[in-house]
Amino acid sequence: MYTITIKNETYQFRSIADVLAKASEEKSGDIMAGIAAGSSLERMAAKVVLSELSLKEIYENPVIAYDMDEVTRIIYDDLNLFIYKEISNWSVGELREYILSHQTSTSDLFRISKGLTSEMISAAAKLMSSIDLVMASQKIRPTAHCNTTIGEAGRLAFRCQPNHPIDNPDGILASMKEGLSYGSGDAVIGVNPNNDSVESVSRILHMTHDFIQKWEIPTQNCVLAHITTQMQALKKGAPIALMFQSLAGTQAANDDFGVSKEILDEAFYLMAKQGTSTGPNQLYFETGQGSEVSLDAHLGIDMQTLEARTYGYARHWKPFMVNNVSGFIGPETIYDGKQVIRADLEDLFMGKMHGLPMGIAPTYTNHMQADQNDQEIAGMLTALAGANFYMGVPGGDDVMLSYQDTSYHDDASLREMLGLRPLREFEIWLVKMGIMENGKLIERAGDLSIFE
Amino acid sequence: MMNIQAIVKQVIEELKTEGQVKIGTSPENAEIKPEIAEGRHIVYEIVKQVGVDQPVNREEIGKVQSITPARIGIGRTGTRMKTRNYLDFRIDHAAAQDAVFKDVPEELLKELKLPVLQSKAETMDQYLMDLDSGRRLNETSRKWADKNLPKNRQVQIIVSDGLSSTGIEANIGDLLPALVQGLQSKNISIGDPVFIKRSRVWIQDDVASIVNCDCVISLIGERPGLATAKSISAYLIYKPSENTVEADRTVISNIHEGGVPPVEAGAHLADLIETILKQKASGVKLAKLQ
Repeated sequence: MYTITIKNETYQFRSIADVLAKASEEKSGDIMAGIAAGSSLERMAAKVVLSELSLKEIYENPVIAYDMDEVTRIIYDDLNLFIYKEISNWSVGELREYILSHQTSTSDLFRISKGLTSEMISAAAKLMSSIDLVMASQKIRPTAHCNTTIGEAGRLAFRCQPNHPIDNPDGILASMKEGLSYGSGDAVIGVNPNNDSVESVSRILHMTHDFIQKWEIPTQNCVLAHITTQMQALKKGAPIALMFQSLAGTQAANDDFGVSKEILDEAFYLMAKQGTSTGPNQLYFETGQGSEVSLDAHLGIDMQTLEARTYGYARHWKPFMVNNVSGFIGPETIYDGKQVIRADLEDLFMGKMHGLPMGIAPTYTNHMQADQNDQEIAGMLTALAGANFYMGVPGGDDVMLSYQDTSYHDDASLREMLGLRPLREFEIWLVKMGIMENGKLIERAGDLSIFE
Repeated sequence: MMNIQAIVKQVIEELKTEGQVKIGTSPENAEIKPEIAEGRHIVYEIVKQVGVDQPVNREEIGKVQSITPARIGIGRTGTRMKTRNYLDFRIDHAAAQDAVFKDVPEELLKELKLPVLQSKAETMDQYLMDLDSGRRLNETSRKWADKNLPKNRQVQIIVSDGLSSTGIEANIGDLLPALVQGLQSKNISIGDPVFIKRSRVWIQDDVASIVNCDCVISLIGERPGLATAKSISAYLIYKPSENTVEADRTVISNIHEGGVPPVEAGAHLADLIETILKQKASGVKLAKLQ
């Protein structure tokens, strides 16, 4: 129990989970779950209490008990206790200042990352403003390698996302060529299938693999079916460079996704044995604030903290990409443009602070109060903050998943406005193909018919 | 009200007369004045065209544009979209936002003889922001269903508006009869299909618990996309219970004329239900068995 008096008002918080939830910036999912602050001042009261909590108190009170939840177990079992003990008497306020200090280097941040639980990282983010989150995120540049190296400073990658409503192979191929001609596809060529059957998924894997081989493209292919479907396809000989799965921050939500440590371990080893790529990073995860709430599997924990826990879980399998898709679900979790932008900045920072190679999908659906202008603001801010990658969707309109995401045009624009280059190996290929020179698109770019 | 209409009508008449008069009496104003009086009228249609400047193969781009609704071959100015494509995108977004807030026409529901039940969501806002409200029947509907719906059949069909009433409007007239016919030809027993206003997928668990069927299928309006605001999905589950998880549901999405056509989907769903009943499983459990 924590109590605090502020401007003559007294507030009470019954647990650390309660403090964390009420200290969150306003989001509709937390309101729906009935755990959000009741007023602006109560939110500030919770932030004050949070700033004074020690890391030790947070460590000793995980928001979901170790015995009850696989996500908690992975987070605690992977923690470096030597590093944790060095900083366990810090308050969350001190943690925030350490992260932002000029004296703290990138490698210092990577080091303490190993001694922080996800709740601690979530707590620090709750005491940070937009610029705080951007400044901190810029300092942390986790890299990973599959066939290309992602995350190096000065480079920005994209997933080419050439979805088709009924998986028409020629339709997928056409959108893929379009994306590549804009320089999008160095993170991965990743197709969301409409049909989740092993045969259909295998067909798309072969098609994308063959195209990559034929045009000697330094990248990786992926079909974002359920992980068990991909494993079956792989066992039957389908070529997979990167394996995908959506993750959440509670065991209950992961059960709903049909995924567990056991399955992810199997996928990890199967990819090492039979994947087509170099590695060592051969998995691709997607996450986003709100999935636990929409599955009614949040256990009274706020969306942002559950998102942090998802990262604590994800880092166990050393992924090549973690893509954050807060905003994909709808207004019941993230109400409007303002909430999406905040979530994107929080998630980018929290993911990086976990040492993960983060990308952001600033998305919106058609039943929420957000539009293209909000999306572009979120894209620019997170690119400034050093996101590793974005999605690339033809014209920003995903015709299979029915939502909006960054377009091939936006991808090219983000690179150009910030002077960022494609991934090293891929840039050489773009120059060879006559699509790019000196980091800028040239005449031939944007023409899918160059692949003849 | 009558007065305002009358005044508007009068003003319009006067404007017309004024224009005519001006055309007649003042030749130098003839080309300008009528335009100002009537305004400029634009009929804007979204047309696919090859927007790439000097492509290697224009014909090829035109050809692939016809096999996908994706916005490809649109070209660029600098790194940005051309004006027309930018406007097309914003127009489609505006239309999709509007599609969420419309109701399924009552005549259609009458024509299909679908009884109309209601979820606990009393307003659209409540429905959008409080998921639970769309996952359960309200008390009146629950009592009605308990009293009137046939029980212990193999299959119960639910039609849900979900997030696109226009999707239901466009597809259900073809899809529902095709599905029913498919099931009947396999001698699978069906309860009375129902329509549930402002309902989400999980309401199928609630309905299944009332009618005690083996398999429940929801035909539900998908959240509208830009390419189509008229798409629906089918969610199927075998004997939902307290322990049901999301992965237990089998989903067929993108049912609409530009995706899986509704008649074809009806036949396919009947086959799928036959498999689910035979294997006594759905979702990931079913996939593992196959």
